[in-house]
Formats: sequence, structure tokens, C-alpha cells
Amino acid sequence: MKIKLVAFGIAKDILTHRQQEFVFEGSSIADLKSNLLERFPAFSDLKKLSFAVDEEYQEDTFLLSEDKEVVIIPPVSGG
Amino acid sequence: MDNVALNTSEFARYQRHLIMPEFNLDAQLALKKAKVLVIGAGGLGAPLLQYLAAAGVGTIGIVDFDQIEVSNLQRQVLFAQDDIGKFKAEIAQEKIIRQNPHIEVIAIVEKITSENALEIIAPYDIVADGTDNFPTRYLINDACYLLNKINVFGSIFRFEGQLAVFNYPLDNEIRSANYRDLFPEPPAAGTVPNCAEAGVLGVLPGIVGTMQANEVIKVITGIGEPLINKLLVFDALSYSFHNLKFKAQKDNPLSGENPSIKALIDYEEFCGIISGDQFININSITAKDFENLRATRTNFQLVDVREKEEYDLINLGGLFAPLSKLTDYIDQIDRSKKVIVHCQSGVRSRKAIEQLQKEFGFSNLVNLEGGLNGMNEVEIC
Repeated sequence: MKIKLVAFGIAKDILTHRQQEFVFEGSSIADLKSNLLERFPAFSDLKKLSFAVDEEYQEDTFLLSEDKEVVIIPPVSGG
Repeated sequence: MDNVALNTSEFARYQRHLIMPEFNLDAQLALKKAKVLVIGAGGLGAPLLQYLAAAGVGTIGIVDFDQIEVSNLQRQVLFAQDDIGKFKAEIAQEKIIRQNPHIEVIAIVEKITSENALEIIAPYDIVADGTDNFPTRYLINDACYLLNKINVFGSIFRFEGQLAVFNYPLDNEIRSANYRDLFPEPPAAGTVPNCAEAGVLGVLPGIVGTMQANEVIKVITGIGEPLINKLLVFDALSYSFHNLKFKAQKDNPLSGENPSIKALIDYEEFCGIISGDQFININSITAKDFENLRATRTNFQLVDVREKEEYDLINLGGLFAPLSKLTDYIDQIDRSKKVIVHCQSGVRSRKAIEQLQKEFGFSNLVNLEGGLNGMNEVEIC
């Protein structure tokens, strides 16, 4: 599965780009998550990773489709 | 509206509001009647306070225990050079009362904690969270839920902002989703840097804080659609806005089906700042004792674990060993004498020491508490 990954906050630092194509095995959000954790272990420090598709947060079981835009938004604390 | 009216001078002041049919007198009276507590008078707090005061919010509380520092002035536009050293809450109070004498402004120069949060928040209708750390964010979230207060949340990072309205009353006494629905667990301590560690574009809190003020005004007046069950993510570099829908989670420990949090907890511990069983014994030194050591030319090695951009900007001449590449520098860290490890605020250096002790068996490391931020003056190298 190939998707367009859009990363904010510290996720952008970990992935080094705001936007990139990301190819992974599987098709669910859970698959995406385990691929990301495997390739970028720093994500484990963020504990829970949340993903949004089509401007809506989606659960682990959500099935992605080819070229979908997936947004990762970790918390930020500045004020 | 009971006992609330505008006098002639207020009619003149709010005329531009009053002539809009979507806004009108009722909305202005609602603002006058409203009590808003702004927690954090920093980057977000500055525009929030100025616009809420200008709009005519009748009672504004300001919670902040910090004093104004020179590095605040790049973005905290309420403060001026000659305010340095004074309490933010008091200066903010003074300035916004001058801006609008028709409102009441209360300065609370205290750190908000699990002990005092409920008492501080209780007298207000709405909280605007402009604080700068995870423990306080969770504290404010939980306190607002327990007290049934709306929490207008704003948060920033370098060029990005987040904005949402939590705990908004919906039908049947249900409240909208909150911070724990979005971020059920805080990131590991030290992994998401704050503004002092990561830097922030000065104008960013101006933009996000102004949008936060707009949400407060929308919630009070009932106009428009506040960000209920939605997180706005804003990028100042591309002007992209993501408006992301999210839901209340059944397993939310505060507001879910089987809540386990029924009173405020220890939020520092929850965020792993000092976590009970994971706690590794780390020696530390205060900024004052460190300055004495330097002054007396005591023999020690200084290690700076900040990243290259930070090191190049200002440093104390310590060994450059950034946390992100710490393992490349192991051989250069002395094992035979005292080694003082520092970063900007003391969080990353603690993490570095943990790693060096655990994985590389160091036993001579000392953490500089508060990092560079804790020192009075820093020599520029």
C-alpha cells in the first residue's frame, strides 16, 4: 500500500519531512502504525499514535486505500 | 440577561460589534457577563488577554507564576523591555485594565497545581489554556471536566498550532470530547520539546492565541461553530489548516464509560517527569552551585547535549554531544572525573544521563538542574 503521509509536530522531525509517500505492507491503520514503529523506533516515545484520514480521526481497524492522505498529529505543549 | 446592561460609554466602545445583526446586544451582554480564566500569560496568553479585554469580557482571571524574561519579548507582545523581572500576571493585568477600564481583571500569581486548580477555576465559566507543558495541560483538562467548565485549548510548536474546544455542553448533559480523547497518553518525558527547547516563530502564538480568543468569544456569544470534537492544526509556513474530527472515547479514564480518574492526580508523575518505579538515581547540581564550581575552577568536564543549531547559537564551551547522536560521543566523555551534563532546561540532559548510566555504565555524571534557562547569565562563546 502506498499512501501520502503528512506529519506534524515531533512526527515531522522523526520522518524529516512534512509530506512524503510511504509504502508499507498491509492496508489498515494498525499495519501502518507497526510499519512506522519498525522503521522509526522513535515513534514509540510518543506512546499512542493517532491518524486522521479525510479530516477525521480513524481507529486501528480502518482500511486505507491507495494514495490516501494520512495525517499524524502528535501532541505539542508550547504556549 | 439579569442585571447586566451597557452604559453609554460601553455602547460607544462596542459599537462595531453591536451593529452586526449576527452579533447584536445580547452577544455583547453575554461577553460582559462572562468570566474567563486565562491560564498562562505567555505567547498565547498575550493576544488572548488583549482581544478578550478589548471585546468586553466582563471578568478575566490571569494565572501565571512566571516573571518576564528578555527571551519572552520576541513573541509575548503584552510585555516591554522595562517589564523584565516583573510578574507576568500582574503586568498583564495592569495593561489590559488600561486597555479597557470597564472590565474586572484578577491576577493570580501562582503555579496551578492539583492542590489549587479546582479552587482557582471554580469561579469562572470558561478556561483558556495557554500553558507550556504536558502535566499542566492534563491537569487543566481534568479539572475542567470535574468542574463542568469549557476548556478552550491552544498549543504551539515551532511553526505549528493546535486549537480545540473541550468539554462543551451538548444535549442530555453530555459534554464534548476532551484532551484525553485526543491524546490519551502523554509522550515520554523529554521527547516533545517545549518552546524553550525547540524554538518558536514569534508571530505564531500571536496567530494561534488570536484564534483561541475567537473561540472563547464564539462559545460565549453562541455565534458560529466552535471547534467542538474538532482539532484545528495550523501550519504557519504553508498556511495549511486541517480541521480534524475526533470523538469521545469509551475508554477515556476521565469521561469514558468506566472512569478511573475521579479526582485530580499527580500530573508530573503521570507525564513521567519523576516516575516512581522507573526512577533512576541521578545526581544533580543547582545552577548556583554550578556557577560556584566554575568560579573556583574546580576540575570537571562539561557536556552539552543540545542540538547543533542551539550549540552554535550559544554555549558554555562544553563538549558538544547532542542527545540525538549521543552514542557517537561516548569515547569523549570522561570517566575519571566529575562530568556535568546540561541542556536548555534540564530535561534532555536527564535523559542523556539515564541512557549513559544504563547503557554505558557511567557513574560520574551530574545533571545541571534547569539547564541554561536556570542560569542568570550565559556567556556567549
